[in-house]
Amino acid sequence: MALLEVEDLTVNFYTQDGTVNAVDNLTYSIERGEKFGVVGESGAGKSVTALSLMRLIDSPGHIESGEIRFKGQDILSMSEDEVRSIRGNEIAMIFQDAQTALNPVYSVGEQIAEAMRHHLDYSKSEAKEETIDLLAKVGIPEARKRYSDYPHEFSGGMQQRAIIAMALSCDPDLLICDEPTTALDVTIEAKILEEIESLAEEFDTAIQLITHDLGVIAEICDRVMVMYGGKPVEKAPVEELFYDPKHPYTVGLMSSIPRIGDSTDRLQTIPGKMPDLVELPPGCSFHPRCPYAEEACTLSEPELLDTKTGKPASEVGTNHSAACLAYSGDLTGELDYSVTVNEDSKSNAPASQITGDNQ
Amino acid sequence: MSLRRFIVKRLLAIIPILFGVSIITFGLVHLTPGDPVQQILALNPRAGPTEKQQLREQFGLAAPIWEQYLNWMKGVFTGDFGEVYRSRRAVSEVIYSRLPETLLLGLFGWVFGLVIAIPTGIYAAVHKDQLGDTVSRFVALSGISIPNFWLGLMLILIGSLTLGWWPVTAPKRAPLLSFDMLWYLILPGLTIGTAAASSIMRVMRTSMAEEMNKEYVTAARAKGLPERTVVLKHVLRNSLISVVTLAATLTASIVAGSVIIEQVFAWPGLGQTFIQAIRNAEYNLIMAITLFTGVFIILANLVADILYAALDPRIRYD
Ligand code: SF4
Repeated sequence: MALLEVEDLTVNFYTQDGTVNAVDNLTYSIERGEKFGVVGESGAGKSVTALSLMRLIDSPGHIESGEIRFKGQDILSMSEDEVRSIRGNEIAMIFQDAQTALNPVYSVGEQIAEAMRHHLDYSKSEAKEETIDLLAKVGIPEARKRYSDYPHEFSGGMQQRAIIAMALSCDPDLLICDEPTTALDVTIEAKILEEIESLAEEFDTAIQLITHDLGVIAEICDRVMVMYGGKPVEKAPVEELFYDPKHPYTVGLMSSIPRIGDSTDRLQTIPGKMPDLVELPPGCSFHPRCPYAEEACTLSEPELLDTKTGKPASEVGTNHSAACLAYSGDLTGELDYSVTVNEDSKSNAPASQITGDNQ
Repeated sequence: MSLRRFIVKRLLAIIPILFGVSIITFGLVHLTPGDPVQQILALNPRAGPTEKQQLREQFGLAAPIWEQYLNWMKGVFTGDFGEVYRSRRAVSEVIYSRLPETLLLGLFGWVFGLVIAIPTGIYAAVHKDQLGDTVSRFVALSGISIPNFWLGLMLILIGSLTLGWWPVTAPKRAPLLSFDMLWYLILPGLTIGTAAASSIMRVMRTSMAEEMNKEYVTAARAKGLPERTVVLKHVLRNSLISVVTLAATLTASIVAGSVIIEQVFAWPGLGQTFIQAIRNAEYNLIMAITLFTGVFIILANLVADILYAALDPRIRYD
């Protein structure tokens, strides 16, 4: 049994402009200790997915259907008390912007200790000692002195470290990282990522890492899911995704710069922008931006297919699948691109360069 | 900066403000037409210029105006606010005898306001746009819009005349802490408290609803804390910051409001004395009450500033 199994998850937001289908029939699973990446542009439904795992979707959002099984138990059918005993305890979250995720009027130490006192029944002084240990572990100097500092007395990087300490405080089995480094500058970004990786190793925690940055994925993850318009378009082990991407959208994402620290806006290089989730294009929702789109693409919606056999991924066991008509044989042309790989000595990420029609 | 230094500094800053207040009060009082001598002598048609001059000297009104001011200020510094012209009682004595009534009335209104407003505001924010929120908004808007003297009259009409639970005016000659007085206090107290409660409630609701959308709330929920803790610990303290500021400003309007309310309910407080003093052109009394009120409002704001810094660690005492 996988640690987390998400099945046919659908989440809608009821806004004034209409119903936004933020997550559409999403299925994926994460094994114990696995590092799973979710990548896509903003608006692809990544953060909504993350909040759904903890059942923290607030109105006007609503989890329509599906199942989220954590250690075999369906989170969506639990009582509010049961979900609460999992939140922060077995599933914890590292927020994107530490500055807004910390409450300005309580000390950093107290906010970290809070979860431990609640879930683990620690006394005030036990929780304090644990917190000081944790702060030291995430790399905050003079942790004991810093315990009673307020968030505004921490630098941005230290705030993010505090958020990490908070998430790890109850030794969770699954750590959701929602764009954990986008609010930070480049030099700190790399350090924090390393920190998350080594701590996850030490605490033996599975990670669901959400990002728009393939470079971050390459740094940490074992397996990746690429999302577009609320749906997964490709799932693959990280190496395969970088060396042999199968979906045109993934290719588009990568032909920009999958290198940590580059600040140019890589997503601009895919022409067009994310579709309006209220009115997704018919057929393959990527077709208005896809260089290989044909008429068939506007008519039928591709499902996730095993890229080798072309069989539906839900029916055959596969570790590399993509949602593109090219794999069901409905496309007359071919996906014509090539991948060149530059091994970058400084980074352990394969830095792919893709050339092809789509550029 | 330490809290003590902050307070000392603020107290020192009060001195020039009070000087300003004293000059303005003094000036206004002496500029208004009708002086006490004329009023008193008007009752005695046989009084001539000699009597007039005599009275002027006796009241200290014969000297040039700047000298009068200096004399008055000299007195103020030694705690001597002069005499009431007619009764020859010391002004300070008159004030002290009426002050407890007014303070108790204001306190009642203020506490009533907070006790009603804070829980209602929290409830409305948590149940935003639901029935409870809509109802409380309607009640609060009515509370703000209804003139308080009218509300007072209605309370007398219903509470005293229809239900007969209260006497029509404050019991005469009953000591302040007697049951009769405290029971009667409810009516003017509610009247003053209603407007305060309404505006505090609105601010509470608005700032709380705004805080509820912030990410630290999601983060607190993601820690698995019960909703109670999220709201009453994390959100409440942040929203109280704006309420404290409002509560301090309200002190001024409660003071002002109580002048009218004391008239409506014949409550034997400073407000009544004040109106009487204006009618009789009792300069010393008017000036002393105004000065007292000024000090009180300034102190209320000081307390608010201290609370403000206690609630929000980002604020330094400087
Ligand atoms: S189905 Fe068509 S439009 Fe969609 S990705 Fe494949 S080729 Fe492009």
